[in-house]
Amino acid sequence: MIQLTHLQRLEAESIHIFREVAAECEKPVLLYSIGKDSAVLLHLAQKAFYPSRPPFPLLHVDTTWKFREMIEFRDRRAGELGLELLVHINEDGVNAGVNPFESGSRLHTDVMKTQGLKQALDRYGFDAAFGGARRDEEKSRAKERVFSLRSKEHRWDPKTQRPEPWRLYNTRKRPGESFRVFPLSNWTEADVWDYIAKENIPIPSLYFAKTRPVVRRDGALIMRDDERMALRPGEEVEHLSVRFRTLGCYPLTGAIESTAATLPDIIAEMRASKVSEREGRIIDHDGSASMEQKKQEGYF
Amino acid sequence: MAYAFAEQDFAPGAPAPLVASHASEKALLRFITCGSVDDGKSTLIGRMLLDARAIAEDQIAALDRDSKKFGTQNGALDFALLVDGLAAEREQGITIDVAYRYFRTDKRAFIVADTPGHEQYTRNMATGASTADLAILLIDARKGILPQTRRHAFIVSMLGVRDVALAINKMDLVDYSEARFNEIVAAFHDMARELNFRTVAPLPISALNGDNIAALSERTPWFLGEALLPLLENIETACAQDHEEPFRFPVQWVNRPDLDFRGFSGWVAAGAIRVGDEIVSLPSGKASRVHRIVTQDGDLDAALAGQSVTLTLADEIDASRGDVLVAAEKRPQVASQARARLLWTAETDMHPGASYIVKLGARTANATVADIHHLIDIHTFAPAAARPIRLNEIALATVRFDRPMIIGDYCDNRDLGGFILIDRITNETVAFGLIDRRPAQENEEASEGERAAARPQRPRSRLRPPARLASALFSGFCVGAGAVALGASPATGLLLGFADALLRPFARSVYADHRLNRANAAAPSEERLDSGGGI
Ligand SMILES: Nc1nc2c(ncn2[C@@H]2O[C@H](COP(=O)(O)OP(=O)(O)OP(=O)(O)O)[C@@H](O)[C@H]2O)c(=O)[nH]1
Ligand SMILES: [Mg+2]
Repeated sequence: MIQLTHLQRLEAESIHIFREVAAECEKPVLLYSIGKDSAVLLHLAQKAFYPSRPPFPLLHVDTTWKFREMIEFRDRRAGELGLELLVHINEDGVNAGVNPFESGSRLHTDVMKTQGLKQALDRYGFDAAFGGARRDEEKSRAKERVFSLRSKEHRWDPKTQRPEPWRLYNTRKRPGESFRVFPLSNWTEADVWDYIAKENIPIPSLYFAKTRPVVRRDGALIMRDDERMALRPGEEVEHLSVRFRTLGCYPLTGAIESTAATLPDIIAEMRASKVSEREGRIIDHDGSASMEQKKQEGYF
Repeated sequence: MAYAFAEQDFAPGAPAPLVASHASEKALLRFITCGSVDDGKSTLIGRMLLDARAIAEDQIAALDRDSKKFGTQNGALDFALLVDGLAAEREQGITIDVAYRYFRTDKRAFIVADTPGHEQYTRNMATGASTADLAILLIDARKGILPQTRRHAFIVSMLGVRDVALAINKMDLVDYSEARFNEIVAAFHDMARELNFRTVAPLPISALNGDNIAALSERTPWFLGEALLPLLENIETACAQDHEEPFRFPVQWVNRPDLDFRGFSGWVAAGAIRVGDEIVSLPSGKASRVHRIVTQDGDLDAALAGQSVTLTLADEIDASRGDVLVAAEKRPQVASQARARLLWTAETDMHPGASYIVKLGARTANATVADIHHLIDIHTFAPAAARPIRLNEIALATVRFDRPMIIGDYCDNRDLGGFILIDRITNETVAFGLIDRRPAQENEEASEGERAAARPQRPRSRLRPPARLASALFSGFCVGAGAVALGASPATGLLLGFADALLRPFARSVYADHRLNRANAAAPSEERLDSGGGI
């Protein structure tokens, strides 16, 4: 008997989830955050509806602090694929001068990401938002359903999640409520990389090692991506061969020293790694329940 | 998380394999932990993840911090905190919702769902169990079998899990007593007689100390079986997707990019399909042939169960979301009502006559629970008098649909046999439904009939010889009758039925011997006949 490979199964399951949303929700959107998980998500969305185009736009909630390369990559990909790309910036936050250096990572993330996301979803009236989050990323994520119901206020209530047996998703909701839908729920970081390699999926070159200008700050290597990052007394810019394991706001994303410049190198390095993927994300270290709390407040 | 596992996958300097599955590797195993509150399920998973080196260093550091803050082990590592990821869970030291974790050894990849033992969260346990191949059922060695142990055993069996690792935990608190272990295992076999498990592998463990988890423990020299992790690596479970089954393809989404293309997108729920194969669209009954099997990577010649594809047909027949394309020669039932087991998951009681929304495959309809035949008494597994179903109760009921539904027995196909009921006002999922198409007992009052119906699954494996013969004859009869119904001549039907009746027990006994041998090695001597054998 022919067996499907592990990746084939994961792919089929994700495609099934995409189609359920397209069939049952009125106005879906794909939250495109430019990283590797988003790249896989976008790739699967195309497969799910081929030869049609994915019947939803992409939405990027831009905190204005992403790596410059991410923004270039985003615009290029959307253009190549001919997909509608919506970019939302929380102007209230910008006007109030919120930024990761002075406001702190927590406030910055809350205002520019969480509040920004809620503004965008409300503004366009999306009732389902695909996200690239995986259950293996974080312990509260490990608890979340594939279809995660959010209140009018976008809150997640982890104590009253609907049962979700088999492949049956209850997609009913009241006006104003919405879903966050996670087609990559059952993928691991290793699966994502294996799939990127197998399918030749374009990803930003920030994932590959290169000599980059970095500053050592609070135990992390922060790439100085533009002039907005002022050096503190005693700090200096070093030029090191580094890469990123996840991508986010550049002041909040730690680089790792590495020479892995090809996909097989990255995969080998990841498999041998003794620390988790989110180690480099400064926003995750604000206390052990922080991700859950952010999610309850409406973070995707 | 799951990257710390497999340095051994790579010879130094060798190019990394680009695909996750290795030729020698066994198929992914999905398993759950279940059992009563505080029996040590989360601790066991945490321990296994650690032993399988699936926990990164920064996560171990976080565990150490958390253990000091929330731990139940006086500041020593509390492995449960690796999986109890919600703030409310950590505060209370209990599991509320199912956690999915992923890990891999060099032999196999695993998805594990750690489920809550608390009765209030039974629906979350059932969510985890619905996709499991195997269940680790934990029992606290001090407490033995508790009502919730029974409930979980029943639900696991009802949801189609055939293989159970029976982990008698906290052996450290009973001095690793062989007698206590044997006593509980015997009681379990007694209780599980009707639950139709194919394998029951008993193990004495301590989740806290790691005994018999990654490797056999010196503290239980009397235990002759395999440790838990090797057992999980080696076990062959029932294959969930059988490509020999007739083709079933619920249409999920009609793919219409332009006027020239009309495809039916969906997930192959059973069987296989080739270009040129004849199919019928149900419920309309319109027939056509598969013209193309479309994917973005190019057209396929064939598609198998478990694949997501888009089919185009040779004729312009009408089919829309919720219809099912099926093998023309072997059609499932199209029905306006079905008998089903319901697991009630809502706080509000269910009353006969109440109307709900049903979702089955890609099809949604209105449903009425017309009749509750009986409830299952969770203490005896016997049928109990019908009355409104309450939270976490299980009942056998007849459900009526307001449009034709394409259904199958849950045991044969979860996509055509499993459904959910949704409350149309609160939108809550109020029940899991499992269609039961075993021949209906004409007289629902008859006690023997009720007992048979109360069994979670068709009586396949755990029957004594006379019953086994009867069952073989009966399933043979079904095969024969089915063939006749599908247009074979009565003689062919008879022949098929006969052959089936003859061969099925034979095939089973060969398989059972194999199981029994394995189980014997694992079980203390007085358990030999019952543990895992009995097919
Ligand atoms: N002595 C001893 N204690 C254990 C063992 N396994 C678990 N425990 C303790 O038993 C308590 C309950 O363990 P959990 O793992 O949270 O139990 P659980 O089955 O997951 O509980 P729920 O998910 O709430 O149903 C904790 O204090 C554990 O440390 C064991 O093998 N020996
Ligand atoms: Mg637990």
